Amino acid sequence: MLPASAKAPHKQPHKQSISIGRGTRKRDEDSGTEVGEGTDEWAQSKATVRPPDQLELTDTELKEEFTRILTANNPHAPQNIVRYSFKEGTYKPIGFVNQLAVHYTQVGNLIPKDSDEGRRQHYRDELVAGSQESVKVISETGNLEEDEEPKELETEPGSQTDVPAAGAAEKVTEEELMTPKQPKERKLTNQFNFSERASQTYNNPVRDRECQTEPPPRTNFSATANQWEIYDAYVEELEKQEKTKEKEKAKTPVAKKSGKMAMRKLTSMESQTDDLIKLSQAAKIMERMVNQNTYDDIAQDFKYYDDAADEYRDQVGTLLPLWKFQNDKAKRLSVTALCWNPKYRDLFAVGYGSYDFMKQSRGMLLLYSLKNPSFPEYMFSSNSGVMCLDIHVDHPYLVAVGHYDGNVAIYNLKKPHSQPSFCSSAKSGKHSDPVWQVKWQKDDMDQNLNFFSVSSDGRIVSWTLVKRKLVHVDVIKLKVEGNTTEVPEGLQLHPVGCGTAFDFHKEIDYMFLVGTEEGKIYKCSKSYSSQFLDTYDAHNMSVDTVSWNPYHTKVFMSCSSDWTVKIWDHTIKTPMFIYDLNSAVGDVAWAPYSSTVFAAVTTDGKAHIFDLAINKYEAICIQPVAARKNRLTHVQFNLIHPIIIVGDDRGHIISLKLSPNLRKMPKEKKGQEVQKGPAVEIAKLDKLLNLVREVKIKI
Amino acid sequence: MTDVEETLKRIQSHKGVIGTMVVNAEGIPIRTTLDNSTTVQYAGLLHHLTMKAKSTVRDIDPQNDLTFLRIRSKKHEIMVAPDKEYLLIVIQNPCE
Repeated sequence: MLPASAKAPHKQPHKQSISIGRGTRKRDEDSGTEVGEGTDEWAQSKATVRPPDQLELTDTELKEEFTRILTANNPHAPQNIVRYSFKEGTYKPIGFVNQLAVHYTQVGNLIPKDSDEGRRQHYRDELVAGSQESVKVISETGNLEEDEEPKELETEPGSQTDVPAAGAAEKVTEEELMTPKQPKERKLTNQFNFSERASQTYNNPVRDRECQTEPPPRTNFSATANQWEIYDAYVEELEKQEKTKEKEKAKTPVAKKSGKMAMRKLTSMESQTDDLIKLSQAAKIMERMVNQNTYDDIAQDFKYYDDAADEYRDQVGTLLPLWKFQNDKAKRLSVTALCWNPKYRDLFAVGYGSYDFMKQSRGMLLLYSLKNPSFPEYMFSSNSGVMCLDIHVDHPYLVAVGHYDGNVAIYNLKKPHSQPSFCSSAKSGKHSDPVWQVKWQKDDMDQNLNFFSVSSDGRIVSWTLVKRKLVHVDVIKLKVEGNTTEVPEGLQLHPVGCGTAFDFHKEIDYMFLVGTEEGKIYKCSKSYSSQFLDTYDAHNMSVDTVSWNPYHTKVFMSCSSDWTVKIWDHTIKTPMFIYDLNSAVGDVAWAPYSSTVFAAVTTDGKAHIFDLAINKYEAICIQPVAARKNRLTHVQFNLIHPIIIVGDDRGHIISLKLSPNLRKMPKEKKGQEVQKGPAVEIAKLDKLLNLVREVKIKI
Repeated sequence: MTDVEETLKRIQSHKGVIGTMVVNAEGIPIRTTLDNSTTVQYAGLLHHLTMKAKSTVRDIDPQNDLTFLRIRSKKHEIMVAPDKEYLLIVIQNPCE
């Protein structure tokens, strides 16, 4: 206080000293009250007051900032205590020094509240509190304005307890003896400047705000998750991947364009006839099923019926008629060729034409399946009659056909046009007479397809399919041995032999037999074009069929319109067996399951089955198959089923089942295993041949 | 296209066939030779049955698939040939 007034006159004007003094005093007395006089003096008194011994600092030094940091470090704690370490033998500084500073300690003890001592203490405290209160009430009335410290806290409780204090004192005295009084529960409040004040914040008015969006469109979706649905999805995925791979491989811009064009065309076409194309497979199956229902008994017979009567008939068998195949379009044509498909054992091909020289019309090629007897699977028609056909062994969709006009053609079953895929023509070396037989050969060295044809014009021609064209090579020209007749002009005519049938050897590739119209059979080789290996004087009339035995490599068979069937050994010039069938023989065929069984059909409508192992001289089955008027033209054995198909000249094909007697296998002797296989068959036939040969030699 | 048409015609004219119908994947008949009410009835019922049969076959072996379904009853035989998108149903009276 004193130095302030002394320093003031140096810096401030005169007035200041008085006001300052007043100001300080006023500050002392002031506790919230306002003095309204002398605003000038108030303004001035706000100037800073310096104590006389204040440090004088320059401005820069004043502005210098001193940072004060509050840390938990004890300023009195030592910072570098060092201890002797016996382990290392040196003094080492201790990393961490205890920063704990104890300001005040008091040692005390705890007594449980409920114990005797605890209760006694509590009681004593109560007593003291009660007497103190009564003392306060009396002394406080006169002590209002003495202390500096606000006595509000004390006055309040003091005033509050004014009235009840007296009562409390009484109470205390009353309750002394009974129980220690519970002190009034008081809020634990700040002793210095606690004031209880409540306030309420402004509550904003609540407002609802809503917004509604349009619900997204919903559809119901249901599906099943099965094992097969999952499998399908995987398969689709795989296909897609493969497709993309293929596309990557075959990437050329031109190809892409053409592909797109093709795609567009396809889609426009498909959209028109979308519905029913997809049904083709189902429709096919359905047709077969309907047929099966209609011809149910036949189907059952085909599969399961075996003539039980054969047990009692010693050496004779029967043929059970099964399905009949006929088509309106081929009604007046004769069956000119029959061939089973080597791969699909229920499919067979039928060629239609005419044997009548005068009545030549169109021809047809139909393929039937045993599963559907009412309608052919494939149908082709041609201008000229079909005389012969053959199905390729390795490519069962290729059918070679020979026509009456001398042309040959190849039909591709995969492309069901009515037109053949390849055809010969007059330019490309067709025959000048009807082609009587065609046969596929093995592919030549360039992997080209190759087949042979024989015709009445005396040529045996080898046709090769080179780059989509048929190229022909004359293999042999058949000549008639004998005198050449001289015509007056001096020309020499070489009569040409007419080939009517041929067959290739099963094992010896180049060797084949040709039957001619004169009744001779020539054994020829593919390599010799002018000379024959051998000649057999076989028949008196034209040879209709020659056929090698499927098992025995030396034996072949021939049939002719001279009513006979002859079996030969190609090393011997005379036939081994001769059979007279009382009628012109149309066709003869070996059975595929036995070397001694064969079938022959005649023009009087009968089918003859022979089994040389059972009966060397007679047929074991002679059965009229068609009506008397119909002449049977061809016969073929099925490769696995025990049925034969027979074609007649009215365009009908009849299938017949062979009874067990006709299919006899050699009986096994007790203890011996049944030997099956070609060797057995060959041996069987050999035995027979030897018998015959012996007989001949004897004679 | 015409091949299928011809085949269907032939089936219809075959001995003993009472009626044929083509049903699409949802069980709605597309083509029929019978009257409307019968067709709708057959289509609906057989569609369910075919789905069930197909599901059964495929559950047993997912690589397998149903090719044909035949129901023989006292009076006649119902044959169903399922396809990817269609069903071909034929009712025949097998001659016995």
